[in-house]
Amino acid sequence: MTLDPLNAVLIGVILLLAVGFYGLLITRNLIKIVLVLQILVKAVVIALVLAGKASGQPGLGQSIAATVIVADTIVAVVALALAVQVRIRFGTLDLSKISSLRG
Amino acid sequence: MIESVCYLLLGMGAAFCAYRAMISNHLLPSTLYLACVSALASITLYMLGAQEVAVIELSVGAGLVTVLLVYAISVVGEDNLDPSSIIPKPLAFVLVSTIAILAASMVYPLLTSVNGAEQVPLAQVLWKERALDVWVQVALIFSGVMGVLGLLSEKEQKNRSHEEVIPSVELEKEVHV
Repeated sequence: MTLDPLNAVLIGVILLLAVGFYGLLITRNLIKIVLVLQILVKAVVIALVLAGKASGQPGLGQSIAATVIVADTIVAVVALALAVQVRIRFGTLDLSKISSLRG
Repeated sequence: MIESVCYLLLGMGAAFCAYRAMISNHLLPSTLYLACVSALASITLYMLGAQEVAVIELSVGAGLVTVLLVYAISVVGEDNLDPSSIIPKPLAFVLVSTIAILAASMVYPLLTSVNGAEQVPLAQVLWKERALDVWVQVALIFSGVMGVLGLLSEKEQKNRSHEEVIPSVELEKEVHV
């Protein structure tokens, strides 16, 4: 049984996505949620480049991957600043303690 | 075959580092594991032929984001992390495994047919065909910088207003005396 290189990359992408989704489900700390989102986006970036290469348009996949990296960095920056403000105002980073919604 | 093994090892290493980053009880080791994930992802991107994206990923993912995370952790300090998860861990594991198997089964047939179309360089795609994306990136960077400045400068404004209040209170005390 031979393993194609693209399928080997796909296995890594699926593993990273699975770990990211699992972390997103079980994590309650705000900074750790930012961290888990970073893991998910790294998997998506590799998947975009892989898709570009598989479809014969590597330039398109790479340009979209670069855009995603920039957008993800801005999301991380703003989310971290918000987490810092939440910690200053509420004294905790635990989502269940911060949330005022009940039901 | 060796290339496939390399990709597989890189993917499994990245997934292992991501798992360690997720289950670690302290935030600083989690950040370092995230930097490892970013470095391994960069190597994968480089091997896939996306050298420019690999450099961006390494400098931004392993550099800038790690520095920002360490700064944020130094400001907020170490919290007691994750006493219990939102949903039961076995249920989360089953859900994620199902999603992963479904995603793999959907994507796997698409990757087997690789066609050799004409390859356009990244610079041409980025600056000519996807010029709007570049402008969106510029706008995103400016909005991110402005957002962070606004959020982080709020504390200084609060301190300044506090300093302005104190002399007026002292003046009132003097008047009463």
